[in-house]
Amino acid sequence: MTIGQAAGLKLGKAVRDAFGTALKELGNEFPTVVTVDGDVGNSTRTEVFAKAFPERGFNVGIAESNMVGVAAGLAAAGKIPVVSSFAAFLTCNAYDQIRMCVAYPHLNVKMVGSHAGISIGEDGASQMAIEDIALMSALPGVAVVVPADAPSTKHLVKGMLEHHGPVYLRCGRIDVPEIYGPDSVLTIGKANQLRDGKNLTIIANGLMVGIALDAAVALEAKGITARVLDLHTVSPIDQEAIVKAVKETGRLVVAEEHLPHGGVGSAVASVTAQLAPCPIEFVNIGNTYAESGDPEGLLKKYGLTAEAIVAAAEKVCSR
Amino acid sequence: MAIFKPLSLDEMKAKTKVLRRHIVRMTTEAGSGHPSSSMSAVEMVTALFFGGFMQHDPAQPRWNNRDRFILSKGHAVPVLYAALAECGYFPVEELMTLRKLGSRLEGHPNMKRLDCIEASTGSLGQGLSVGIGHALACHMDGLSAHTYVMLGDGEMGEGQVWEALASAEKYKLANLTAIVDQNGYQQTGATKDVLKLTEFQPKIEAFGWHVQTINGNDIEQVIAALKIARSVKDRPTAIVSQTQKGFGILPILAPTGDLNYHGKPLSKELAEKALALLAD
Repeated sequence: MTIGQAAGLKLGKAVRDAFGTALKELGNEFPTVVTVDGDVGNSTRTEVFAKAFPERGFNVGIAESNMVGVAAGLAAAGKIPVVSSFAAFLTCNAYDQIRMCVAYPHLNVKMVGSHAGISIGEDGASQMAIEDIALMSALPGVAVVVPADAPSTKHLVKGMLEHHGPVYLRCGRIDVPEIYGPDSVLTIGKANQLRDGKNLTIIANGLMVGIALDAAVALEAKGITARVLDLHTVSPIDQEAIVKAVKETGRLVVAEEHLPHGGVGSAVASVTAQLAPCPIEFVNIGNTYAESGDPEGLLKKYGLTAEAIVAAAEKVCSR
Repeated sequence: MAIFKPLSLDEMKAKTKVLRRHIVRMTTEAGSGHPSSSMSAVEMVTALFFGGFMQHDPAQPRWNNRDRFILSKGHAVPVLYAALAECGYFPVEELMTLRKLGSRLEGHPNMKRLDCIEASTGSLGQGLSVGIGHALACHMDGLSAHTYVMLGDGEMGEGQVWEALASAEKYKLANLTAIVDQNGYQQTGATKDVLKLTEFQPKIEAFGWHVQTINGNDIEQVIAALKIARSVKDRPTAIVSQTQKGFGILPILAPTGDLNYHGKPLSKELAEKALALLAD
């Protein structure tokens, strides 16, 4: 079963592809946008922009630390730099530079990490960012955005460029189902309700949104109705939507392609602990690195499936 | 737009004493800071800010076409604060708030606190990359602005500096000058004993840069080197500025037996002696 099939979704493009295309399409509307990449522009898709605007695309080589510093300087001088690499190398290799040169001075740098999560597949754990949300959410003032599909990516990329201040946008490698229509409107910082239900709310983002919708269909067959929220912005988090979901459905399952700590689950739990205590179950890769393998096999082995969400939903409903 | 009228050589020499007195006073008042790391850079900073090399305007600190100075060795910020105050970016009296709660003059440069600070620094090795960003943006916008980045010799141990050297050469950033304040010491001792990265000229030249090595505490050599750096039009330039840590107050530091004197303010007693030595 492919992602989104049970929910009747058709397969669309990968988030990274949608990011590259969106950036190119927005190039004239945002004349100060420039790209800075660490020699993986053909993978992160900044190349699409750089080919259309060759004077505005910089490849500084395999040197992520320098890459982030250069982007900070460009931002300080009035540009909107979009700096990108594989999420693992951007957020881990250049973390001090992101902290020191971008977050601390709150510069208008857009950081795009592609190949996030275990769904990149065969390249293995060294290439899989599974801690990037924790790292980037830990930085004061950095918006953290995780689009679920291609149409919403287009919208969120524009939102990212309009947002003043540092933004981290997480992109996956593989093609994902289309959840949103071409005219969908998404706002950074506002969760999006995709389906209503009364027994629990499944909060997900990125690749897990399509899987959550599949799980909601399977749960309905069992007589459990689930609200599904796309929490595409992890920071700043939409407290209002989370509290509303708790008040109206009473229970939460949070599903993410990330470690258990420091990601969406931690962020949501922090909100509920303070504002709306409720039973929560978490679906994530577990406290481990993954391995090489085909994406579908990896998602199954590391528990990122509709079945896992269904099990978590049943468990949370029994609490 | 304001172009500071260059001071005469004698006036600049007098200004170096003014800056040094500020450095001693503010760090002793703060009870912490890095006076000796600041002292080594005084002639270079004086020549840049008062020798007609930097075009800038205290009334418009973020004016697009200003020349930029980034202090990558951020712990030496007292020398920068002293110069900025003398230029009129903020009152000289404010120097005495250094490192105190609520002050704009933090222990390391913070661009969110003061508009005249070009980059937040303090984690070593990062300023040259930020300078490249500035230089690229100025080039794209057809501005004549020049960006100067000052690094420490200990800081050259950071790999990012060498990444930056390579990328600046790629983009032929003739509007960028790196200054290595080679004062010979870092936190735990002599730089040559920590890493043998001491022969900077051939190393940086190997990256395709135009490089000069000078005595950076001789203001006439500094001025001559800055003129040459400005005249190079086809590639980035570097000045290896060989200096002495604590230059200007070495007779005060010598009896302490510590010519490195890293991260230590002078005691009130030593500060008085230093100020007497630095009197006009």
